[in-house]
Amino acid sequence: MDFSVDGKQAFAYTAAHALDRAKPTIVFVHGAGLDHSWFGLQSRYFGHHGFNVLAVDLPGHGRSEGPPLASIEALADWVLRLLDAAKIERASIVGHSMGTLITLECAARHAKRVERVAFLGIAVPMKVSPAFLEAARKNEQTAFDMDTIWGHAPQVPLGGNPNPGMWMYGDTLARLARLAPGVLYAGLKACSDYAAGLESAAKVRCPALLVLGHRDQMTPPKGARKLAAAIPGARTVVLPPSGHSLMAEAPDATLDALIGFLREPMAA
Amino acid sequence: MPGPKYPGFDTLALHAGQSPDATFGARAVPIYATTSYVFRDSEHAASLFNMERAGHVYSRISNPTVAVFEERVAALEGGVGAIATASGQAALHLAVATILDAGQHIVASSSLYGGSHNLLGYTLKRFGIETTFVNPRKPRDFKRAIKPNTRLVFGETLGNPGLDVLDIPAVARIAHEAGLPLLVDSTFTTPWLMKPFEHGADLLYHSATKFLGGHGVAIGGVLVDSGHFDWEASGKYPQLTAPYEGFHNMDFEEESGTRAFLLRARREGLRDFGACMAPMTAFHILQGIETLHLRMPRHVENTRKVVAYLAKHEMVKSVGYPELKGHPDHALAKRLLPRGCGAVFSFNMKGGREAGKQFIEALSVFSHLANVGDAKSLVIHPASTTHYRMSDADLKKAGITAGTVRLSIGLEEPEDLIEDLGRALAAAEGTRMGA
Repeated sequence: MDFSVDGKQAFAYTAAHALDRAKPTIVFVHGAGLDHSWFGLQSRYFGHHGFNVLAVDLPGHGRSEGPPLASIEALADWVLRLLDAAKIERASIVGHSMGTLITLECAARHAKRVERVAFLGIAVPMKVSPAFLEAARKNEQTAFDMDTIWGHAPQVPLGGNPNPGMWMYGDTLARLARLAPGVLYAGLKACSDYAAGLESAAKVRCPALLVLGHRDQMTPPKGARKLAAAIPGARTVVLPPSGHSLMAEAPDATLDALIGFLREPMAA
Repeated sequence: MPGPKYPGFDTLALHAGQSPDATFGARAVPIYATTSYVFRDSEHAASLFNMERAGHVYSRISNPTVAVFEERVAALEGGVGAIATASGQAALHLAVATILDAGQHIVASSSLYGGSHNLLGYTLKRFGIETTFVNPRKPRDFKRAIKPNTRLVFGETLGNPGLDVLDIPAVARIAHEAGLPLLVDSTFTTPWLMKPFEHGADLLYHSATKFLGGHGVAIGGVLVDSGHFDWEASGKYPQLTAPYEGFHNMDFEEESGTRAFLLRARREGLRDFGACMAPMTAFHILQGIETLHLRMPRHVENTRKVVAYLAKHEMVKSVGYPELKGHPDHALAKRLLPRGCGAVFSFNMKGGREAGKQFIEALSVFSHLANVGDAKSLVIHPASTTHYRMSDADLKKAGITAGTVRLSIGLEEPEDLIEDLGRALAAAEGTRMGA
């Protein structure tokens, strides 16, 4: 579904459903260089099970007009403006990778509009190595290779994809090849520059869930410990075989964790 | 700076697509001889049908053994994924049927396997899909043949049987300028000799019956998508970019981005046309793929020795192998096929049809049959077999004469192959002298 945010076209996948303001809403926020379809199975499930879904394409990604925004804070405010455009007052937010930081900022800056937050593959801080950043700045293939290899568990190139017939590395590389120059760099730099993590975590007042991949090479589980401790009442689920691409590597376990969390009745 | 390393070709050929069996720890790929899969509960069943969960429902659509084969080929080719089919012909049909409707048009190389020529030139015409065949050595001819209703550009990496080398970068550029994808038949080269996606092709398929399987025991095909072609930007493919009533009003591109083509090919093509691969077939072909990187160099090495022998033989008019300096695609082959030009080639004998017959019947090590890419050496006379239905004019365009003989060089001792050929050529020469 197309929206207009800041006078620019913005896209959000809605699982082919019209938005129904009487239903609860879940916003899915992807990571650097990716798009809404990274949440394909999970967003489709909720869209067909009683929720509005808005799986967004962040500015400059997928079908949303660029340029990409430069900071996590700016991206969080953009997500809220997209909710305004969709005339949705409150929503739960599910983020992956860079999207987790955006989700965290949404919850900290706009607490009244955020019902629950789920972080898939998060670390605070989310520092990106200078070599990776530099390769991305130059739009070098090396950056796409690093993103692909570190973005999955080590066994992924040798193991079976739960999605029959698909090759996870190839899919990631094909997505990155479609990006406009500078989009991956903008996302990685925004992650690396983001410094408010623990401070913002302390401001989160809604239920929070962390879903972490035990074999995550990009945001290893130990990188989320302080964050989990800083968010009041946060729960953590670690998925043993998964790397950073939880929705592709462990699609069912990720979905089950989200179903348990997002369908749970809210405390009075 | 160097980036992190991908697993090498040889490692992927042995491992990609398979985790050791979680129940019993089987290291080899288990053969899941099952039509269907037990649902955990009603909601799980509904979620699988509605594509909310990954998994298998029915083996016409997907099967765990077949999925290992698909993922392994996708990994070796560098694609986003693959779909295994009942044969190479089924893979070509699946590609066409996924993105073309009646009233649309294909531009194809004239130098194709006879079965592919039949499908495009005759059979698809009955369903309203027309094809214009062009000289693969003239990329501009592809451009000239493109019409407003063209939806696919197609060729073979190495044309059959004349071994015309398709200038994939040039033809891909022409296709992309017109907003069209390039599909190539990569059967003769395999990913060990060439990865067409690295040169600009968008889709490829194999007759996996040939070098991938390598042992002549199973018929199968596989269609691979690079994920590089932007169907939305092209604006010519509502099959992938508009809601489809035949599958929950799904807009495949919106739903899955880089996976749109394969999603529709699997969810419509396998579901409705049903030309799927059997798990036992996938197992057989996987055994072949595990040694592809060992077999292909030997195929090429043997072929070079046989080609060198034939090129000097007085009964041989010409040998069509691109590594020979006189071949029209010699320079292009050096650029696109530095590891070699495969193990299938044709040569023209002196003495015409009767000499050809005597030659084939005098061979002992070579088997006279309709296949290529076996571990055993094979021979056939295209004009009377694989390309029998082509008109004389089309045969000429494909570089085939009455004296053309096609060889597929296997893994035997090359000296034995040369001795066999020498004996048969002597028999053919007797025919010529007596004539």
